[in-house]
Amino acid sequence: MLEYVAGHVNYWLIIVVMMVGLYTLISRTNLMKKLAGLAMFQTAVILFYVSLGKVKDGTVPIVDDAYEIYSNPLPQVLMLTAIVVGVATTALGFALVIRIKESYDSIEEDEINKLDQDA
Amino acid sequence: MTEQLTILLVVIPLLSAPITAIFKNHLLTWAITLSVSIVCFAISGVILAEVIDGKHVIYELGGWRPPWGIEYKIDSLNAFIALIVSGIAVVSGIFSFRSAPSEIDTTQSGLFYAAFQLCLLGLLGIALTGDIFNLFVFLEISSLSSYALISMGRKRQALTASFAYLILGTIGATFFLIGVGFLYAASGSLNIADIAERFSSFEDMQLVVTAFIFILLGIALKAAIFPLHSWLPNAYGFAPSTVSIFLSATATKVSIYVLLRVLFDLYPIAYWQELLIPQLLLVLGCVGVIYGSVRAWQQVEIKRLLAFSSVAQIGYIVIGIALLTETGLTAAVLHLFNHAIIKATLFIGAGILVYRANSTKLSDLRGFGASMPWTFFAMAFAGLSLIGVPGTVGFVTKWYLLEAAIQQSKWIVVGAIVIGSVFAIAYVWKIVEALYFNSKRKIHIQHVKSGDINIPSASKSMGLALWLGAIACLYFGLFTNIPFNAANAVAKALLGM
Repeated sequence: MLEYVAGHVNYWLIIVVMMVGLYTLISRTNLMKKLAGLAMFQTAVILFYVSLGKVKDGTVPIVDDAYEIYSNPLPQVLMLTAIVVGVATTALGFALVIRIKESYDSIEEDEINKLDQDA
Repeated sequence: MTEQLTILLVVIPLLSAPITAIFKNHLLTWAITLSVSIVCFAISGVILAEVIDGKHVIYELGGWRPPWGIEYKIDSLNAFIALIVSGIAVVSGIFSFRSAPSEIDTTQSGLFYAAFQLCLLGLLGIALTGDIFNLFVFLEISSLSSYALISMGRKRQALTASFAYLILGTIGATFFLIGVGFLYAASGSLNIADIAERFSSFEDMQLVVTAFIFILLGIALKAAIFPLHSWLPNAYGFAPSTVSIFLSATATKVSIYVLLRVLFDLYPIAYWQELLIPQLLLVLGCVGVIYGSVRAWQQVEIKRLLAFSSVAQIGYIVIGIALLTETGLTAAVLHLFNHAIIKATLFIGAGILVYRANSTKLSDLRGFGASMPWTFFAMAFAGLSLIGVPGTVGFVTKWYLLEAAIQQSKWIVVGAIVIGSVFAIAYVWKIVEALYFNSKRKIHIQHVKSGDINIPSASKSMGLALWLGAIACLYFGLFTNIPFNAANAVAKALLGM
């Protein structure tokens, strides 16, 4: 049991990061904090993929007679794309927050909802 | 030859979008967008004609052989979805000629149309690709551009609607990505056909179930399947008219397509039957139909009413999928097509109301139908299709759906469909009553001078778009062969018959 827990320590840590992100996203009313939670959530998935590709004692995947075990490079390549997607999402989110601030003069979700209901 | 055409569906909008973004002239950017949509529509038509009899068109990106490289594998379902998406893009392109300048600042029209083309590109890409990670990338391209498009609505609520959609959409896409990661860990492949082929060699792993649930949740969020629909009404209600038309008719449909692929191609049917997924989907579908219809009936604003009705219509599609019979699945695929036409037509009608009266509140529009008889008639006709009156497209799907449910003696499902239809009559009647049967009164609407009844009349391009939709509702309701055969071929292929 202990071996199982210790052997998967990277996954436990990733789960913690992911849940902290998701909880921030759900529990905060401040839109900026929501975006921060979202970014953490996405980062946890990126870490998950990268640790998925790591092989114990594996080296970089370059053909050489001295090495036989290689780590899988594909998840890292995939995550380059996912990082770009994450950056784009966060940037778009920030742009929206700026425009929300301009038109509502607030970035607190409950205040905005109240303003919308009054209108 | 056709292989080369498939990649053009993605490449043409990808190249034209940045070019469109540098121009500020509305006419020019509009012309580029419409021509791109028409070219995509033509290509989709050619591809569908090629694959309708069960052939496959395969394109290997960069010449890399699958499963190493990304592969576009087109069968009748892919081509059918691509045709719907690009066809709706053409119709909303025609509509936007007058509508976009009135709703979007002209200095931004280049950016608006660029985002529109990127959205089209993402949706077409999802429909074409046979690689599940590539699918995620296209999903994000279409989602990111649709967040930007929705936020361009005139009211400030468009911003909050777009932000809520951004948060939920990203959670959905990230869930999908986690699922893909688990599946990759189990199978070592990202190619859908390759994973499906070697499925039995890793199906005992716990990972595979986890992957399935993550992927299913992610897509259900994107497809706005009840109870994960909360982003939809505001997003469609506050988006610019052109965007409402395009997204309501395509975005959720494409997500449903992904659901079909995952359920029938990626995972074997028997595998998820054991997980009680059909029962779960059936219950969600029934509740979604009733909930969506009742909420639509409660709305006082046409665009939100139509958006809630979309939630109900997605429920019908989910029911069709969950029945797991040939008839049910045919009805589901057919309804993808029919609902796209109906909802596009109704949102075009709502867009014309926004253009002419600057409002879609039912209380502002009393007696308005009399001064716009043609628009009103087309909208009423599309409304009848939504209810499912014989002679319209809506009737065809409801008929097959009921038949499929009765075949399996699932009376609760039959009941849900009937209740949904009754409320559909109620909410369509609400529009008709307000527009036609309420006495006309002087229009007091923002930005229109008090007592001024010279409202702008709908332009020819808007009328053309509206009537294209309405005639399609009638034509495919009377001559059901073309879409029915396509949908039936798709259903048979999915069930492996």
